[in-house]
Amino acid sequence: MGDITKLIARRLGFGLLTLLVISIIIFFMVELLPGDIAEAVLGQGATPETVAALREQMGLNDPALVRYFSWLGGAVVGDFGNSIVTGARVTEVIGERFINTLFLAAYAAVIAVPFAVVLGIIVALLRNTLFDRVANVLTLTSISSPEFFLGYILILYLSVKTSMFPAIASLSSDMSFPELLHRTFLPALTLVLVVTAHMMRMTRAAIINLLASPYIEMARLKGTPPWRVIVRHALPNAWAPIINVIALNLAYLITGVVLVEVVFVYPGIGQALVDAVSKRDFPVVQACCLIFAATFILLNLAADVGAILTNPRLRHPK
Amino acid sequence: MSLFVIIYFIALVAASCLAAYYKQRSAFVLLFSLTLISFVLGIVGGAGALRFVAISAGLLAFAAGVSYCFREFLVVIAPTALGKELKTAPLTAAFGMFIIFTYAIAGIFAPWIAPFGESEVIASAFAPADDTMLLGADQLGRDMFSRIIYGARNTVGLALSATLAAFFMGAFAGLLAATRGGWLDQVLGRAADVIMAIPSLIFALLMLSIFGPQVFVIIVAVAIIYAPRVFRLTRAVAGNVVVMDYIEAAKLRGEKTGYLIRKEILPNATAPLVAEFGLEFCFVFLLVAGLSFLGLGIQPPTADWGSMVRENATLISFGEITPLIPAAAIALLTVAVNFVVDWMLFRSSGLKE
Repeated sequence: MGDITKLIARRLGFGLLTLLVISIIIFFMVELLPGDIAEAVLGQGATPETVAALREQMGLNDPALVRYFSWLGGAVVGDFGNSIVTGARVTEVIGERFINTLFLAAYAAVIAVPFAVVLGIIVALLRNTLFDRVANVLTLTSISSPEFFLGYILILYLSVKTSMFPAIASLSSDMSFPELLHRTFLPALTLVLVVTAHMMRMTRAAIINLLASPYIEMARLKGTPPWRVIVRHALPNAWAPIINVIALNLAYLITGVVLVEVVFVYPGIGQALVDAVSKRDFPVVQACCLIFAATFILLNLAADVGAILTNPRLRHPK
Repeated sequence: MSLFVIIYFIALVAASCLAAYYKQRSAFVLLFSLTLISFVLGIVGGAGALRFVAISAGLLAFAAGVSYCFREFLVVIAPTALGKELKTAPLTAAFGMFIIFTYAIAGIFAPWIAPFGESEVIASAFAPADDTMLLGADQLGRDMFSRIIYGARNTVGLALSATLAAFFMGAFAGLLAATRGGWLDQVLGRAADVIMAIPSLIFALLMLSIFGPQVFVIIVAVAIIYAPRVFRLTRAVAGNVVVMDYIEAAKLRGEKTGYLIRKEILPNATAPLVAEFGLEFCFVFLLVAGLSFLGLGIQPPTADWGSMVRENATLISFGEITPLIPAAAIALLTVAVNFVVDWMLFRSSGLKE
């Protein structure tokens, strides 16, 4: 057991280190601007006085390293400074939106994960049949479509033509839970379509890989019934790849959410990021990027740890 | 029971019978299950649903026919050795090649094909389609069809140059890491790890927010984001080649790193690299389309598929499908490239599973 904790601790350490490096990239990339943030934000028409005032207000007169550490110190406790454009605290701007985004991603994941894994296993068992070919073409099409294409198709057919679901996912705090689910159904469905396709293909590949291994052939040759081959022999070893696939796709969900939020005008962190980018509101951009990167790393870490826990060979490295 | 429904069922049953008589098992199963499903569909959705099925099947058959002809055409005009290879291509791959070919033609000859200029205002905003404007006008009264044709040049061109940049950066670094090894390999590897740990769209947004949405910035940003994928593959493939005896022999002959890479390693690593180029192009294309959809790609008035979708999105709430056409164009090209890549991977790996 001590081995596992040590392994996981090591992975966590690596994750933290990566995050630290990414925070350095995110912070110092802004320093690459010709001039500095104050000049970039105020534009060409700014008088030297206003630039100096903004510099003072943002603490730009300190050396970059000092500012980095105070930014990082704030970020660790959830304080990302103030927005340049509105002056509001960044935490207030994106706090609630982050919860909305997590809700949307969780909603999509709850539908997509069981659906995709079961379908992926079925497709792997029926490989090289007509069903498999059709599923292959369909998932490929879904992967190849930009998220906004799927989103607008759903809006056209499920909202405009049949008015079953609202096209714009506006939220208010006094909505009941079923109403909330109904309101956010179309964005969630768009994410489900994209993620399911990815997950199905990866699950299929993982299972087929497994079914080609010699011990499965041995089980078949000794006359084990097909369902028993799957349940007793293949599945225990399939968990590791399947957990990996799930975690990787949840990580994918986190970025896919940006485009979907913009299509459905969903009040999430992705839309906040896009707004901030077009207004060049650097504190908000940095905060959003750091949050997205941290979530992404966390999920990839979960994939690693899950793979270690379910695979005895990785649990006891030589 | 309209005439259409009667003909529809007679055709299906006749085709099923023929398939069964000639012992085409899978075709028979397909046709007959389609017949059974059509009974249910006809009762639930009426003739409209059946018409939809018929049109889809017709389109599918048309696409298959075009792909078949295009493949035979390629076989005829290609030299014999290449022709033999092409003969084994599945119809999906032929379809993919046909689509890529069409896009290339549209992109290269855009000014001659498009009836109007890309930023030429010729009608009122959102004017409906007529004889001169095949798809109507966009939000400023520019011809939608011409802009889609020009988009093939701008959007695909941007994605292609970004992919090329990413590919050369990644492949060069990968080859260098594989041949030199040591600390260079370590440094490049760790750098690739860090870049791959950041979600691609987020990283692109960060860079665009800092340096502004210019074409050059987009190409560099995308190249930095996607180079690590190519780097890893190249390094792995080249790593397998580097340990071969003939490399050792070349080294003993006193050949330089440049010669080793060009004459000994690259010829043995092309097949997976070409397939990776296709895959990479799909990723880059979708990322660039996403960026321009967010208003951060090619700036107006240049025609660009992603931003066209965004600008005309209001039409969707009136039940129009015109704004979806540029989006569909993106999806179609990505599917086509994927089809071709699938075939190449299948061929290069020799996988039968």
